[in-house]
Amino acid sequence: MALSTSSAITLHINGEKHSLPVDHRTTLLDALREHLDLTGTKKGCDHGQCGACTVLLDGRRAVSCLQLAVAAEGRAVTTIEGVADGERLHPVQEAFLDLDGYQCGYCTPGQVCSALAVIEEHAAGWPSAVTADVSPDAGPPALTAEEIRERMSGNLCRCGAYVSIVQAVARAAAATQSSNTPDSDGTSHAADAADAAVSA
Amino acid sequence: MREFGYQRASDVQGAVALLGADPGARALGGGTNLVDLMKTGVERPAQLVDIRELPLDRIETTDDGGLRIGATVTNSDLAAHPEVRRRYPALAQAVLAGASGQLRNMATVGGNLLQRTRCGYFTDVTQACNKRSPGSGCPAVEGEHHQHAILGASAHCVAVHPSDMGVALAAFDAVVHYETADGPGELPLAEFYLPVGTTPHLETALPPGALITGLTLPPAPVAAASRYRKVRERASYAFAIGSIAAALDVRDGVVHEVRLAFGAVASRPWRAREAERALTGGPATAEAFGAAADAELAAAAPLPHNGYKVTLMRNLVVAVLTELAEEAAR
Repeated sequence: MALSTSSAITLHINGEKHSLPVDHRTTLLDALREHLDLTGTKKGCDHGQCGACTVLLDGRRAVSCLQLAVAAEGRAVTTIEGVADGERLHPVQEAFLDLDGYQCGYCTPGQVCSALAVIEEHAAGWPSAVTADVSPDAGPPALTAEEIRERMSGNLCRCGAYVSIVQAVARAAAATQSSNTPDSDGTSHAADAADAAVSA
Repeated sequence: MREFGYQRASDVQGAVALLGADPGARALGGGTNLVDLMKTGVERPAQLVDIRELPLDRIETTDDGGLRIGATVTNSDLAAHPEVRRRYPALAQAVLAGASGQLRNMATVGGNLLQRTRCGYFTDVTQACNKRSPGSGCPAVEGEHHQHAILGASAHCVAVHPSDMGVALAAFDAVVHYETADGPGELPLAEFYLPVGTTPHLETALPPGALITGLTLPPAPVAAASRYRKVRERASYAFAIGSIAAALDVRDGVVHEVRLAFGAVASRPWRAREAERALTGGPATAEAFGAAADAELAAAAPLPHNGYKVTLMRNLVVAVLTELAEEAAR
């Protein structure tokens, strides 16, 4: 018997369930954009090379163009539409706005989703390719401009807004860090320090 | 893209039963390479067997003090694991040097071993390619080959294996474990990839229908002082044009043990055993490192546009071993 080439699936996106039939060839990216009208996630190269389609899968960033929709069933998908808290923007979105972390804006949803994950990955102590000593005994590396550039390298910006993107990620990371500490005065100092660290 | 069936396996036996029953079936891990190749028509599976939910996502210490790494462990989890970073730092560095954060979250260890070459003739179905379409020819030999092989290639194929991870695994004598419908098996990484010869389309020694279940790394104290260095055409998020995994144990200025493997120079991660032999028991000097690199690279057969790789690899051997020797002396 020939195998079916389509399936009825249920996707969990931004906390909501969506049931839909999909041809197995459908990527998560196309399911979001073409089937569910969630067009915030952008299609750039469609080959995993540009990062425009970045979403979070079970909290981790992934390129939705290489993720088959049928294989995403049962996993929690967060798209750019699910990042803000209602009308209140996420600190990463605020930082991109405040620091002009974009020009045309096409890559921005992917940049923001990726930046969210970069901040979490760094907070979890993950090293990167530019971390001098990857030993866990060396402690977590500071989130310098070099570290941010390496960690964000999967997101291309053809407008070349990288300088502002690096600053936005640094500021958002500092804001996230200080909001997790009891020091109420920490936010601005941490953000200033982050700005200084990446403007050198 | 060709239409295909999709089944999600919940245990290893079920997965190998599906893979064994259908020669057109392929295992789906992260899909970062397979799905891309399906889009371009290079891969045309009749069925995908999704193995991501198999219980193969753990990293454990073995009784002898090595590590066992499950096939569906993601690149990210491998590189973030404390024991990998502490005991096999070059492996963590190699994984971190590959792809992007997004892709490392998706990609799996088993898939990394089975990823296909990025040779532009292989990935373009309008071109001849002996690896994709046996007997059609290799345009790279006289065409675009500045990123291609200098070691172990043949007139039939000069493509390189693109893995960074595999280079460190080659240096550390990894063993690949697999399961088939007829039972389990294992292959040392040195025997996992087949020589190119006249059959570049036959890439691994895995039996038909086999599923990689994981890797073991034998204990290797020398690996604690190891490093991966990758040279590429931009600073990040690009495949290597040359890379090296090196580990060095120097005692009183003498090389007690050394491990060396090269990436992006051959159809497989290239263990540099000639260089290791030349160095072991000798002085840990830049001169000796250079001579050892020359011994390994004596077999190099560069093409008109990739001769730079011979110099590049020699420089990498000298630079990285010199760093490791200096750090050992501190």
